[in-house]
Amino acid sequence: MTTTTPLRSASASMTPPRGEAAVRRAFDVERVRADFPILRRQVHGHPLVYLDNAATPQKPQAVLDAIVSYYTEINANVHRGVHDLSERATTAFEAAREKVRGFFNAREAREIVFTRNATESINLVAWTFGRTNVGRDDEVVVTAMEHHSNLVPWQMLCEAAGARLRVAPIDDRGELLVDELERLLGPRTKLLAVTHMSNALGTVNAVEDIVRIAHAHGVPVLIDGSQAAYHMKVDVQALDCDFYAATGHKLYGPTGIGVLYGKAALLESMPPFMGGGDMIASVTLEKSTWNVLPYKFEAGTPHIAGAIGLGAAIDYITGIGFDAIGAHEAALLAYGTEALSSVPGVRLIGTARRKASVLSFVMEGVHPHDIGTIVDREGVAIRTGHHCAQPVMARFSVPATARASLAMYNTRGEIDTLVRALERVREVFA
Amino acid sequence: MSDLRDLYQEVILDHNKRPRNFRAIDVPTHFAEGYNPLCGDRLKLYVKVDGDVITDLAFLGSGCAISKASASLMTDALRGRTVAEAQALFERFHHVVTTPPDQPVEDLGKLSALAGVREFPVRVKCASLAWHTLKAALDRTTLTSTE
Repeated sequence: MTTTTPLRSASASMTPPRGEAAVRRAFDVERVRADFPILRRQVHGHPLVYLDNAATPQKPQAVLDAIVSYYTEINANVHRGVHDLSERATTAFEAAREKVRGFFNAREAREIVFTRNATESINLVAWTFGRTNVGRDDEVVVTAMEHHSNLVPWQMLCEAAGARLRVAPIDDRGELLVDELERLLGPRTKLLAVTHMSNALGTVNAVEDIVRIAHAHGVPVLIDGSQAAYHMKVDVQALDCDFYAATGHKLYGPTGIGVLYGKAALLESMPPFMGGGDMIASVTLEKSTWNVLPYKFEAGTPHIAGAIGLGAAIDYITGIGFDAIGAHEAALLAYGTEALSSVPGVRLIGTARRKASVLSFVMEGVHPHDIGTIVDREGVAIRTGHHCAQPVMARFSVPATARASLAMYNTRGEIDTLVRALERVREVFA
Repeated sequence: MSDLRDLYQEVILDHNKRPRNFRAIDVPTHFAEGYNPLCGDRLKLYVKVDGDVITDLAFLGSGCAISKASASLMTDALRGRTVAEAQALFERFHHVVTTPPDQPVEDLGKLSALAGVREFPVRVKCASLAWHTLKAALDRTTLTSTE
């Protein structure tokens, strides 16, 4: 049973996907682009070439429409009123939860907790599961390719609990050393927190294997799916992970809405995260009892419009399908890898055999910031800096990288524009 | 793109490629470390003050062309100046790089090469990093210890 769409390595051929699914849903990038209004705008007098998708992708019209329609037609608070609008808002909000459940193939909708973002999802686990399960001299294991969001919460937890954070190393390609990781798992290990896909390197981890190995040692696993979830099909039941954190804005949805999947039994056993309205069953001045899942973890008015927008984003993604998205992005990554490698002085950082949609690179004699400024003047948006992954930068002995990251609407023509812009960088710094 | 040429003027490219005073000072009287968390640029600034006069300045670190050139130009410009003069120049330099691009600014000689950042608001921090680090170093009452 596959849990992710098969990813081709960067050097794979660019033949289109075969099979009925591909024929049924021929992928037309121009038609996809037409769904994203921002892609029609110009930047510095040039057509926008948006290659900062790992930071946040753009939003299709369907998502924008869903948000506007919520506010113009049914805006009301959820889970409270008996009036018509509140009922409609509640129905739409819970329908969005059901869409998220289906998207990640969770068993039950109550296993889907809405948060602000993946960072909050991870912190929720650190502050609830962590505070009750991780004690003095216990250990939490992470990897050397984590985004700060899946590192700092565990550092804070370990600091508070007197526990130890252990870090599984990566190699020069940016691949996780799974054997080394397994060696770190022991009776004191209370949790393994690992990214599904590195935002700085593009590495896709074999999370299905990692979960199996961790479970063999009795260690529960949290997967940070921020980067993976918009590039490949994620099936939390097939993965058998205990927690899966994702963020709405990377799924082509709005900012401010995140998702935590947790196995129901684990979520049941955990104390609440924040206290307030909606998360309680009953309250007296002395004591409160907690609401059922998932509301126990959703204190206060949630981001209703955000959840509904995310639901629309999920509809949009599934309408195109990960077979088509994965094939398009893999071909583009292969094309981009070759194109960037041919630019004199450019070195790719992150060359894992299994990677997706990220082209992190450095250019001899030119700091990434200067690259970013110069290509921006050509309308090309890339990220430059440490990508909230300073330990990854340290691992590769670079202060920063430039990163072009791909989404379903990017084209080979845009990669060509990036390459031309990099030639401009060379001219300036000649 | 004339504004790119305004930003990456010859003098900046030259100081980026061959930064002046790019070294440590063994026994500085003042020292500070500058850090731009946005981009990860790091700068160590060493200053030697004798009486009231800055007798030597040097820096080490990694950064973009703008931050490196700015540090290089600054260290060149301040040697032999008094601490009060350096602080006054900080104010004048800060004014130059933060004045809107359509308004005139005073000529600060070579340092004016950095006025091009006015067209690139996010890069103002790069041009200012060395100067803020200098201010931190000079404001510090305790001297850095020798090794």
